[in-house]
Amino acid sequence: MTEKAFILQSSPHFRDKDSVPKIMYAVVASLAPAVFASLYFFRLRALLLLLCCVTACLATEAIFLWLRKKPLQPLFDGSAIITGILLALTLPPSLSLELAIIGAVIAIAIGKQVFGGLGYNIFNPALVGRAFLQTAFPVAMTTWIPSVTETINTATYATPLGDLKFQDAVAQGILAPLKDLFFGNTGGCIGETSALALIIGGLFLLFRRVIDWRIPLGIILSLTVFTGIFWLANPGKYASPLFHILAGGLLLGAFFMATDMVTSPITPLGTWIYAFGIGIVIGLVRLFGGFPEGVMYSILFMNTFVPLLNRFTRPRILGERRKE
Amino acid sequence: MKTKTFPHGVHPPEFKELTENKALQPMPPPEKVMIPLLQHFGKPAEPVVQKGDEVLLGQKIGEGQGLFSASVHSSVSGKVLSVDTFNHPGGSPVPAVTVNNDSQDKALPGKKETKDPFSLSPEEVREKVKEAGVVGLGGAAFPTAVKLSPPKDKPIDTIIINGCECEPFLTSDYRLMLEYPDEILKGAELARIATGAERIIVGVEDNKKKAFEVFQEKISAYKGEVVLLKTKYPEGAEKNLIYAILRREVPRGGLPFDVGIVVQNVGTAKAIWEAVSRGKPLYERAVTVSGRGITEPKNLLVRIGTSFQEVIDFCGGFREDRNILVMGGPMMGLAQWSLDVPVIKGTSGILAWDVPEPGIEHPCIRCGRCIEHCPMVLVPTQLAKYVKFNKLDEAESWGILDCVECGSCQYICPSKIPLVHWMRLGKNEVMSLKKKKSA
Repeated sequence: MTEKAFILQSSPHFRDKDSVPKIMYAVVASLAPAVFASLYFFRLRALLLLLCCVTACLATEAIFLWLRKKPLQPLFDGSAIITGILLALTLPPSLSLELAIIGAVIAIAIGKQVFGGLGYNIFNPALVGRAFLQTAFPVAMTTWIPSVTETINTATYATPLGDLKFQDAVAQGILAPLKDLFFGNTGGCIGETSALALIIGGLFLLFRRVIDWRIPLGIILSLTVFTGIFWLANPGKYASPLFHILAGGLLLGAFFMATDMVTSPITPLGTWIYAFGIGIVIGLVRLFGGFPEGVMYSILFMNTFVPLLNRFTRPRILGERRKE
Repeated sequence: MKTKTFPHGVHPPEFKELTENKALQPMPPPEKVMIPLLQHFGKPAEPVVQKGDEVLLGQKIGEGQGLFSASVHSSVSGKVLSVDTFNHPGGSPVPAVTVNNDSQDKALPGKKETKDPFSLSPEEVREKVKEAGVVGLGGAAFPTAVKLSPPKDKPIDTIIINGCECEPFLTSDYRLMLEYPDEILKGAELARIATGAERIIVGVEDNKKKAFEVFQEKISAYKGEVVLLKTKYPEGAEKNLIYAILRREVPRGGLPFDVGIVVQNVGTAKAIWEAVSRGKPLYERAVTVSGRGITEPKNLLVRIGTSFQEVIDFCGGFREDRNILVMGGPMMGLAQWSLDVPVIKGTSGILAWDVPEPGIEHPCIRCGRCIEHCPMVLVPTQLAKYVKFNKLDEAESWGILDCVECGSCQYICPSKIPLVHWMRLGKNEVMSLKKKKSA
């Protein structure tokens, strides 16, 4: 027998094969349909925005890890790439590349690294970057150009949700058809227009068990109920729930942003409350707020409650007496 | 066929095929045995022999001290070489009796078969079980006589015989079920008599269909039934098994007694029968020797006190591709640093294989998988953080003492955080804090 030392470690001695990088790269893969859709509808603009955001995110991550004297290994866990792609997908196609890069730097620096990097941030980094751009450059962030597949006949151009908010689109009969929303033949941020591409990626994540099914389901359910009530009460003024689900950033947010593990609750009950909260706040903003779209702010808003939700929704331990 | 199960849990690879079709084989007793006086949950036994004494097979060499203790018996006949401390698979050395085997297996005179064991009183059954030093053979080695002594105000209605063997690699219980079903059921019947229970339920996982069928055939002679359980880890954990079969929840900090149940492992049931019917002390047990690092994996009947080295040699020695040696199963077993440790009553398996080098530990990404899979419905990642930052009050109120250390959380954790290590540390600190407070 050859003398070879045995590893001493505490049990268990088996480990599942899944790992943080594998999960992160699964998310990257799941974004492929949305990325392809953005390239199809916005061509070079989308490509440049994606490249700038991903590169800037990786560079910022590297610089901050170096400044914090941390190993560079988290650079390769895939999380910064996700932030870059997600940020790019939420940008308007006409946005200048300098602004996209500023957004990416803010996303990683303020959204993630100042909290301590992966696992410690409170807010979804990509949305932090986007919220900064929206606040600092509101005009650039709300100037829209049509996709290359659209033929337009008006001088000003707006997103379907913009039409709904500012043009009274339901009453005027100029609401974008659901078919266009579903396939992506419409205006909007480069990654949010094609519902089909987002659903394919979202289903992959659900199937791969990367994301918690409660979050997309809870958001879609609560938004459906909220907008459904108004639609049923006055279909001549309000858009249908299906329109609200397919329009704007709802699916991108519900499948890819709200589901960010780090910034969503860990308990089942907390997750339900979080998801319902997001859906209702989206409904409130879209129907009664000053902005046409509310996905970003509602997710950031509910992110703030996550530590509290975790604290107060501890699951019932096996054998623990039920509360009476 | 419909199976029963509990919520949560994990599905590690099983690797049972290495040994499941190999019959139990008695391993020849070694030249000398090192028998620790602590092989059970509780106080160590006190030695009742001295260096130079001649002992017989099955002779008591250590007397159990009080209720939570168990007597220890010689597994060979021969001369006592020393009463000293010796390596123990638990990690720290404990008092042990070393006996030189004279290869005669001279048995104690005057051991008689009990004519009709089923006519014994509960007290007599318990006494014989205690005398034989029987402890739970599933791994925790809890003194069986205690488990057969329910408090008067806690009536027992069901004896559950645990044939889950949910740990990967292990097949010794499976072989016992195939080869000794009558002994197991008779032992269960004795446990039923001792506790005043009404019925016996045998729980078998559905990856052991053959054992299930064997019991199905034989159970009709008893008041009871056989239940097929889903193959899932940790199906055999007491509280989860009870929930899976009867949907009863053992209260936090409580025992199966509290819900009218006593659980016995199949090996323990067999040992109860042998102790009561023939007065046979617990001096040997079934051990699965397996893993890709073992040349010839086997199921063995091994004398207590046989060194791991000899067991491994009997199985053809090691192969090259092994870097870990474990007593028990891969999920809850204890990693060993030396082969110079004896087989004890709690040695359900001796495993050697190659584990991947511990990779980088990533920060917790709060994916919640540890919560989704914890069979006790705890929040392991939060508990680990509480322990890390010494917030022991929070750790306690979030249920750290309910942790059974099954390892499901750490198995599933994609960040490879040593969660069970933090649980163990936290449990220890909470307990010592409690002791300080009450002192």
